[in-house]
Amino acid sequence: MRFRGRSYIAFVLTPEPPIFEWLADLDAWIARSAGFFIGKPVVLDLSAVTLSKAAIAHLLAELQTREIRIMGIEGANPADLGPELPPLLKGGRAAGAVEKIEKPEVVDPVEPPARETEQAVAPTALEPGSLLLETSVRSGQSIVFPAGDVTVLGSVASGAEIIAGGSIHVYGTLRGRAMAGSTGNPRARIFCNKVEAELLAIDGYYRTAEDMEPSLRSRPIQAWLQGDVMLIAPLN
Amino acid sequence: MAKVLVVTSGKGGVGKTTSTAGLGAALAQSGQTVVVVDFDVGLRNLDLVLGAERRVVFDLVNVIQGVAKLPQALIRDKRLDTLWLLPASQTRDKDALTSNGVARVIAELKQKFDWVICDSPAGIERGATLAMRHADAAVIVTNPEVSSVRDSDRIIGLLDAKTEKAEKGGRVDKHLLITRFDAARAARGEMLNIDDVLEILSVPLVGIVPESEEVLRASNVGSPVTLCNPASAAARAYCDAARRLAGENVPMTIPTDKKRLFTKLFGRRAA
Repeated sequence: MRFRGRSYIAFVLTPEPPIFEWLADLDAWIARSAGFFIGKPVVLDLSAVTLSKAAIAHLLAELQTREIRIMGIEGANPADLGPELPPLLKGGRAAGAVEKIEKPEVVDPVEPPARETEQAVAPTALEPGSLLLETSVRSGQSIVFPAGDVTVLGSVASGAEIIAGGSIHVYGTLRGRAMAGSTGNPRARIFCNKVEAELLAIDGYYRTAEDMEPSLRSRPIQAWLQGDVMLIAPLN
Repeated sequence: MAKVLVVTSGKGGVGKTTSTAGLGAALAQSGQTVVVVDFDVGLRNLDLVLGAERRVVFDLVNVIQGVAKLPQALIRDKRLDTLWLLPASQTRDKDALTSNGVARVIAELKQKFDWVICDSPAGIERGATLAMRHADAAVIVTNPEVSSVRDSDRIIGLLDAKTEKAEKGGRVDKHLLITRFDAARAARGEMLNIDDVLEILSVPLVGIVPESEEVLRASNVGSPVTLCNPASAAARAYCDAARRLAGENVPMTIPTDKKRLFTKLFGRRAA
């Protein structure tokens, strides 16, 4: 028997008090985009409200009548969730604004088994599908952004990793790991101002520091896929 | 208002405890009241380095568990009456530290002292995260070698994520202290040089402590190097670093041992 970790993207609904007004807003929204939630995984974030066990059950029933199935609950007191309610989830990471993602059923094939991430700063979304980090990514930090490109203005330290659905741009030195196109995008690329990377990967194809051309070390490079070969070339 | 400083590194054996004692004594020598708190529960050393091991009655864990009151556990240094020690327990482990208990002790220490210096254990587990939890500023002790630098980088990430100040949207002031530096070996490429370390960690430098025999001698006699031999290169480096921590503008130098210079000169003359 094998147990494997795998991460998926889910929509997060965050009810705000008063609940009946929030439900009315939700109804108005559903009226505009009928069937939006059907068959999609939805997580209920209860951190903005304080609800009793009975009230949570009632809210779930209300959502059920709107064909919204809740697969997990976030931000609630474990004591308020009995076995009949969906399980409590923790450690969720933002994946961009909901309205902008066209195909949200993205699977992260890199399958990091529940890894701890400590993001130094609240990442600022540039625009839909991109993530801008203004500081350095420190050793041990893992930035996972399946929704698109990741841009790092600082450096990526040895022992840190960036996993992006799209391309990865590092304006400082890339000393850690960069995995671009992690959601199955062979057109993703990796750019960095100075390469001392431990590992570069695009769409599952990878190169470790050992099989990189030594003459490229410490230079600005880009990496891309040609068929199933990863090519690395200096940028200037 | 008291300033809470954590001395941390990630890696063990780089000189956290020596630096805590050195900086603590240097700040105390300038007339400010300082308490050094040993967070290395189970592997305490700070009491030895300060020569207070035979005066420990109660410790940090006793205070956290309410067995003793804070003033009962505090030990005043015999040489410097502005320097105090709150020792760790040697018979317990880090699980004996509770988050609320540490918060309470730090809050109480802040009422009594100008500086609260927390000597972090190595690692990134409970002891280390609780030691940094309430810090306003951090001294990151790094040796000029790759594994120490990478571990320091990891700790800097934690300081930006897991401290109370960071969680409230603030920033812990970070200061890099490079210890065991040997200029000759760095010049020969046997050791990372200062610029390499600064480039990788991008944290402002607060001092460079040269490799010195005086450090081991001082810890064996149970005295911070800044008290044991104030003229030594390491002591001068710690004193300068302490002045920079206190906000003074001191030009960055790498002190060298005069004695070595004298013997060199003497040797040359003799030859």
